[in-house]
Amino acid sequence: MKKNDFLHKHQKTLAPLLSLVLIILVTASVTPGFLKITFVDGHLFGSLVDILHRGTPTALVALGMAVVIATRGIDLSVGAVIAICGAVTAVLTVNTDWPVWIVILCALGTGALCGLWNGILVSVFNIQPIVATLILMVAGRGIAQMITEGQIVTFHSEVLDAIGNGYFLAFPIRVWIAIGLILLTVIVMRKTALGLFIESVGANVRASRLVGIEARLLVMSAYVFSGFCAGLSGIILAADIRGADANNAGLWLELDAILAVVLAGASLAGGRIYLLLTVVGVLIIQTLTTAILTSGLPVQYNLVVKATIILAVLLIQSPKTRQWLSGLFPKKEGDKKGSTTP
Amino acid sequence: MQTLSIRPSLPWLGAFKRKAMLTTFSVLLPVLSGSAMAADLTIGFSQIGSESGWRTSETASIKAEAERRGYNLKFSDAQQKQENQIKAVRSYIAQGVDGILLAPVVETGWDQVLKEAKRARIPVVLIDRGVAADPSLYLTKIASDFKEEGALAASWLAAKTNGRCNIVELQGSVGSSAAIDRKAGFDSLISNFPNMTIIRSQSGSFTRAGGKEVMESFLKAEGGAKNICALFAHNDDMALGAILAMKEAGIRPTKDILVVSIDAVPDIFKAMADGEANATIELNPHLGGPAFDAILASQKGAKVDKWVKANGPLYLPDTAAVEYAKRK
Repeated sequence: MKKNDFLHKHQKTLAPLLSLVLIILVTASVTPGFLKITFVDGHLFGSLVDILHRGTPTALVALGMAVVIATRGIDLSVGAVIAICGAVTAVLTVNTDWPVWIVILCALGTGALCGLWNGILVSVFNIQPIVATLILMVAGRGIAQMITEGQIVTFHSEVLDAIGNGYFLAFPIRVWIAIGLILLTVIVMRKTALGLFIESVGANVRASRLVGIEARLLVMSAYVFSGFCAGLSGIILAADIRGADANNAGLWLELDAILAVVLAGASLAGGRIYLLLTVVGVLIIQTLTTAILTSGLPVQYNLVVKATIILAVLLIQSPKTRQWLSGLFPKKEGDKKGSTTP
Repeated sequence: MQTLSIRPSLPWLGAFKRKAMLTTFSVLLPVLSGSAMAADLTIGFSQIGSESGWRTSETASIKAEAERRGYNLKFSDAQQKQENQIKAVRSYIAQGVDGILLAPVVETGWDQVLKEAKRARIPVVLIDRGVAADPSLYLTKIASDFKEEGALAASWLAAKTNGRCNIVELQGSVGSSAAIDRKAGFDSLISNFPNMTIIRSQSGSFTRAGGKEVMESFLKAEGGAKNICALFAHNDDMALGAILAMKEAGIRPTKDILVVSIDAVPDIFKAMADGEANATIELNPHLGGPAFDAILASQKGAKVDKWVKANGPLYLPDTAAVEYAKRK
């Protein structure tokens, strides 16, 4: 039984990783030079570095999304929060003489505040998460447009430039920031009781409350964390183009983030998330995007190709397919039970 | 700016008033200039909204032109809703205005209200976009020809490179008419030059972030700037994103890769003044003049084309600093 459990877990982890490797290999065979990494101006340069670089904002958002999904919630507002925090960063940089770290703190604070708003709606007023966060998703872009007065506000700041496009130890600074936050989250979620509490709230609110877990506060903090992550992502995206584009920054990013969490094998019904695999999910999505851009595919096919491959990855991971596959290739031990349970 | 204190409340009264005015026109025509006589033209203008900087400047330009001519301009902002526009047009008809400017938010669903305007004999001028309705229902459309914009960009590039150039193209949002027509115009012109080819073409969705990401991937796929002679972007924002991508890859825009784009937003003039972009074509927001002229012409009984093309000029770096100061 123990061995089967291990095998089962193993398989779940392997599916997204194998999909990622497969997509990279296929792209490399279609687009020569895709795997090539050179050293330019003291940092790494190549499509694979681009994937890490471009995937950072989505990875941060997906991290927050995963924690929210663990509580059986969902946060549709992250794209709008990105636009708001980008707008705050740009407007404060242009219109005030404040030091850049205060500007960054303000933007992060704005993100957390947006998360708090969502959290209050969900946990205090018991509004369905999809509806509660939809409010900010729709209104948020309007707020961002009000902050920027409908223009693309461009700014110049050396620190923000470094966050957007600088390098440290051959890797983009923003990738280091993401790695730092991801590791921190993994430690908090997996090495302290907090992660267990959050997942238990998602799995069964009433039971969690009965054993003495303060569900309301936990759910609220999950949304605050998601807002904070979106805020960080918003700063990076604004720093990337040295301007705040209220109409387009982070547009539809919430969907990519949800997809990444699901690709990692999380259940939208809450209680079960995989943080590191979520990052792998983000890399799958970003690799596809970058691969399509470098492949020279006519633009009309971009979305169809992307959707088809994502569908294939999801199908590979579906319990039914695994059941069917293990039916085709029976295990040597003759015990199929472990691999067939979803 | 002279306005009538009492507006006729019935459409036929409005028509009667216009007829009376027309007679005055024909009598006074040899004596007075057109704009002086039209001092009490009342025009209704239904604008889509203020979703972009370009549209805001279009509104400002039309208002300024009306003021300059001494017209009474009634303005209504539809906040992206067709029903608001239809309401506005109906109220203009009820007020018996002399002409209606309409920037339609969508192409379909205008037949009924346009028929009402026609019945009231009020000319409707479409601004910057077309509608899918019988052309007899409106006076004319005043808009840029996206194909000509693409062709102008291509001809500048052909002249600059002596018809020898590997081009990378940043397309607008897939399926948008601006993207389709700008590409078509550009393609048809460079087809005359066997040594001008588009080697990479992708959509940057009209955004800076999109332009930057796609340009990064172009540079990776082509192994730097060696094989790329020019960038053609369907709008300035994507070009601005692509310029950032070039600079970060250690490639000098305008020196290693020529940059030509369309729209003439303020920031592209800054880029041109800084030597980072080569040329931009203005998406002309000054549509008030030709629109009012068309209404005047129709009142005189002259025939007006169904599409008055109001294309903007091509701007080069030599005037960029001045233009940037003007637009900031």
